[in-house]
Amino acid sequence: MAPRLVGFVVGTTSPGQTGADEPSTTVARLHDVHRSFDERSVLVSLDLEIGAGEFVAMLGRSGSGKSTLLRALAGLDERVQGEIDVTGTVAVAFQDARLVPWKRVHANVSLGLRRPDRDNVARDALEEVGLTDHLDAWPLTLSGGEAQRVSLARALVRDPALLLLDEPFGALDALTRIAMHDLVLSLWDRHRPAVLFVTHDVDEALSLADRVVVLRGGRIGYQARLDSERPREREHPELVELRRRLLRELDIDTKGATT
Amino acid sequence: MSLTNPRTLPLPGRIHRNDATTSGRGERRRGASWHRLISPLVVLVVWQLASTAGVISAQKLPPPTKVWHTAVQLVTTNSAAYGTLQHAMLISLERIAMGFALGGGVAVLLAVIAGLSRAGENAVDPLMQMVRTLPLFGLIPVFIIWFGIGQFPKVLLIALAAAIPLYLNTFSGIRGVDGRLGELGRTLGLRRGEMLRHIILPGALPEALVGLRQSLGLAWLSLVVAEQLNANAGLGYIINQATQFLQNDVIFVALLVYTILGLLTDWLVRLLERRALAWRRGLLAS
Repeated sequence: MAPRLVGFVVGTTSPGQTGADEPSTTVARLHDVHRSFDERSVLVSLDLEIGAGEFVAMLGRSGSGKSTLLRALAGLDERVQGEIDVTGTVAVAFQDARLVPWKRVHANVSLGLRRPDRDNVARDALEEVGLTDHLDAWPLTLSGGEAQRVSLARALVRDPALLLLDEPFGALDALTRIAMHDLVLSLWDRHRPAVLFVTHDVDEALSLADRVVVLRGGRIGYQARLDSERPREREHPELVELRRRLLRELDIDTKGATT
Repeated sequence: MSLTNPRTLPLPGRIHRNDATTSGRGERRRGASWHRLISPLVVLVVWQLASTAGVISAQKLPPPTKVWHTAVQLVTTNSAAYGTLQHAMLISLERIAMGFALGGGVAVLLAVIAGLSRAGENAVDPLMQMVRTLPLFGLIPVFIIWFGIGQFPKVLLIALAAAIPLYLNTFSGIRGVDGRLGELGRTLGLRRGEMLRHIILPGALPEALVGLRQSLGLAWLSLVVAEQLNANAGLGYIINQATQFLQNDVIFVALLVYTILGLLTDWLVRLLERRALAWRRGLLAS
């Protein structure tokens, strides 16, 4: 099938302003968020809104505060200052999958669930990520990609309104990664949580997200909305143009030499 | 391609070993355990031969056959001097079970208290460190003055001995639990009790089991010491009696029973270890 691309890109450098057609319902709203570690400011008056069902990719160089922001949204950071409002459940999939090694795969997925049908829910979720054969496996026997799929299933069974993905595929090989992108998109399509996908991979962000935000200087330094249909043609002129722009925002010289 | 070169694999659990390798490894292991019996058997045979040849005086070191014969006799006859061997064994087992349950239970409880909070650590750990450095057997006279020579001071001595390694290892195990798993538990909305049950205690278990084995060793040791000082029943009592009657063979039988019981409990812990730490098997197997 020929991917039809309706490239429509809106960029803005003013923080606190979401894309052109802002979704009517907001799942997460951050206003004037600050966080510093020993005098070093990591988040500085950050504003960000995430709409219901919106897929947001967050880019930033290492140390730019991506993980700090994500931890704040996950409620793991008690010292963060500012307004953080999240409506509904938040679920997290960490970069290291973070499976509990002494719990079998299905028990990892149902861990902390309080509904009576938790075992069935876990089994269904594992079926969705294609791991029906590994229900009783120990996490240490899984490959990196399998572990991440368990981690995704564990996040999804909580019916999150906001799904936080912290560079979940950073440690995977390129082929597994592509498969995981398809999986994430299909899961997102079916369950429609809002997603905040933290990555440092521009291409990953461009192929997945509705909106790409760049974290820079402790706030959203740049953002762009992508309205084209997925799967997206990598070489489409508008994507190429946006890729160049994003790399520039990340201080990476596209001509090869680093500045 | 990485399958052909196991050394390049980052996670042992990922290796899909072919059957030939696995069974070959298993055979080697089984063979090895059989081979380990050879040297003790050789010692036993030499001991027996030296005794029958008259090289070793049977008064000082009775031959294995004599020890066996005495053991059978102690089991089958209820003598005035010794009672029966199995009765003595039960008495000793009861002491160690009580002492171990008391000491072990308190140790785990204290380790959890100390492990979970700084305040708990400040309250509990200094005391435990003091008990640890206390010369345990130096307490025996004090115990006799305090509690007399009944069952309680013996059980208490065993409990103290068993508590220390279990406390130290469980405490360190709790503190060593991966903090990222604690974070995960928070994002999954685990309550305090659930966190303890699903994350903290299982995470501390590998180290706690190491402590358990050390504790068992010390518990047996203090049982032997406690029983020989003042007992009117049990294996230690048999040894005391035999010393008075100069019956070396009886002493050897009692020592043998101690050894067998010690090995038995160690085997039980290992069994427990294999079951409780099954999740690590993929990691340990290769």
